[in-house]
Amino acid sequence: MTASSATVATPRAGLMARIVGTPSVGPLLVLLVFGTIFALTNPRFLASQNLSIILQQTVIIGTLAIGQTLIILTAGIDLAVGAIAVLGTIIAGKLVANGYDPVLSMAFAVLVCTAAGAAAGGLISGLKLPPFIVTLGILGILTAALRLISAGGAFPVRDAFLGWTGNSVKPFGFVVTYGVMIMLLLYAVVWYLLNETKWGRHVYAIGNNPEAARLVGIPVRRHLLSVYVLAGFLYGIGAWLALGRIPNADPNSLQTANLDSITAVVIGGTSLFGGRGGLVGTLIGALIVGVLRNGLTLAGIDPLWQDLVTGVLVIVAVALDQMSRRRR
Amino acid sequence: MSLAPAARDATRGEVVLEARNITKHYGHLVALDGVDFELRAGEILAVVGDNGAGKSTLIKALTGAVRPDSGEILLDGQPVHFKGPLDARQRGIETVYQDLAVAPALDIASNLFLGRERRRGGIMGTVFRRLDKPGMRAEAERSMAELKFRLPSINSPVETLSGGQRQGVAVARAAVFARKLVIMDEPTAALGVRETGQVLELIKTIRDRGLPVVLISHNMPNVFELADRIHIMRLGRRAGVVSPKTHSMADVVAIMTGAVEI
Ligand SMILES: Nc1ncnc2c1ncn2[C@@H]1O[C@H](COP(=O)(O)OP(=O)(O)OP(=O)(O)O)[C@@H](O)[C@H]1O
Ligand SMILES: [Mg+2]
Repeated sequence: MTASSATVATPRAGLMARIVGTPSVGPLLVLLVFGTIFALTNPRFLASQNLSIILQQTVIIGTLAIGQTLIILTAGIDLAVGAIAVLGTIIAGKLVANGYDPVLSMAFAVLVCTAAGAAAGGLISGLKLPPFIVTLGILGILTAALRLISAGGAFPVRDAFLGWTGNSVKPFGFVVTYGVMIMLLLYAVVWYLLNETKWGRHVYAIGNNPEAARLVGIPVRRHLLSVYVLAGFLYGIGAWLALGRIPNADPNSLQTANLDSITAVVIGGTSLFGGRGGLVGTLIGALIVGVLRNGLTLAGIDPLWQDLVTGVLVIVAVALDQMSRRRR
Repeated sequence: MSLAPAARDATRGEVVLEARNITKHYGHLVALDGVDFELRAGEILAVVGDNGAGKSTLIKALTGAVRPDSGEILLDGQPVHFKGPLDARQRGIETVYQDLAVAPALDIASNLFLGRERRRGGIMGTVFRRLDKPGMRAEAERSMAELKFRLPSINSPVETLSGGQRQGVAVARAAVFARKLVIMDEPTAALGVRETGQVLELIKTIRDRGLPVVLISHNMPNVFELADRIHIMRLGRRAGVVSPKTHSMADVVAIMTGAVEI
């Protein structure tokens, strides 16, 4: 409470410092650098057809990463994100195969995913169990359950509604699937919730200092539960988008979704310690992962290198976060 | 009620907040062992005691942050049972906790309004639940100015502030929203001389607006400068209440450490 007048220079006053201080600028630069390298080395990279494919390839992880962002903002982590989404595809696929109405089947599948999120959230907020352990447990349970439900194998899902999100429109010759539009819409809606409503403000406060949140009267447990419920719902929508990409329900699919979604969140500048970051960064992070995969594939580079580069990026992102924490 | 006679003479205000025979155990540890407490209208009541004497636990019990095992709490003479800190806040009791209770990554205005954010008017507020960020910012700036409280910018994250400025934010939050009384748990701990002076000024400002203040402090000179009465804690109990006009610092320390009993 020094009576520092407004003229006293704060550490963030400089333009450069302010740019560096803006959370999503770092990730955006990384995206631009990779984009530029790929564009310069391969003319096919910037072709509108290829850019459209990158977007489509980003849809599933990008959508799952929205829920993952919310959970990581509360200083949690979700290791069951992929398994919950796969559960959604299998339930919807099975029901439709058994002659149920596709819209109701998909709605039911989304409901089950939401319930799975609620179960995780209930254990974490009610019993105060660590998110890491709870979601790891749910991952194990779901992995076994999925094998049992689907009797071990993958099966094709041929239904117009379940596959609808794979359809596209072509404004100015640029192919945009409904799935891409739905993902971007979800980003916009959840961004609004996070940044413009009390609910979002409290998500940050809880991740930042849960005891302070409790002391100012925020119902911390109920709020945490609501975050996991919303995340589960988003994973359910993710399941629908996944069926639009590949019309197949496969208990062994989306195996890397946990790591990929966490990667997108972390590269996007959201802190694993909670309370800092946001969805703009996550969208950029998901695009970085997509661009890397696509660009390296176009260049004919072994997929192993893709994982290596992503791994390095994650570690760099976490290290930067940790260093900025120490300075605080 | 083991009120020292001198203290009883010192103030005549109505009792605003009262606690009777509060106990609180943490496992086998007895943090509060049948403590009584009373705060009167318009006074600054200092609460002093050694580390671990139960000061913080007492005020947490008074404000619903901790549920006491037994005992009674009365606000304006009416028994109250706070289910949580929000309950107490809604009844006009504001608290500055020892560990500050701010969210460092959020800006000053967000911290001031944390837990009671305002929404915009019209359908943006009712349907879309949009926060009134400009309104809250303006209000935060106005309150800070009213409290003669200067900060770099209302938009700075709290973590960019100095320790004293952070403390100021927490104190200002209490001052702005309190309608009944303000409780502060060591608000000047870890502050420099000048910053301490500013927080003390703030405490006087609050009292001069007519709100009673409970001030927990280890700093005897500050306590003697500000307090109307001094509540002394020892081993989870109230060892006594004295007036700074009739007792010296040495007396208070003697009661605090058990060298003297009253
Ligand atoms: N959450 C808790 N769990 C277990 N024990 C606790 C807890 N909070 C306080 N205690 C114990 O209760 C006793 C009283 O603690 P309290 O914080 O009220 O003391 P205090 O008078 O505020 O001390 P200080 O001057 O150091 O702030 C201490 O022995 C403390 O260790
Ligand atoms: Mg204390």
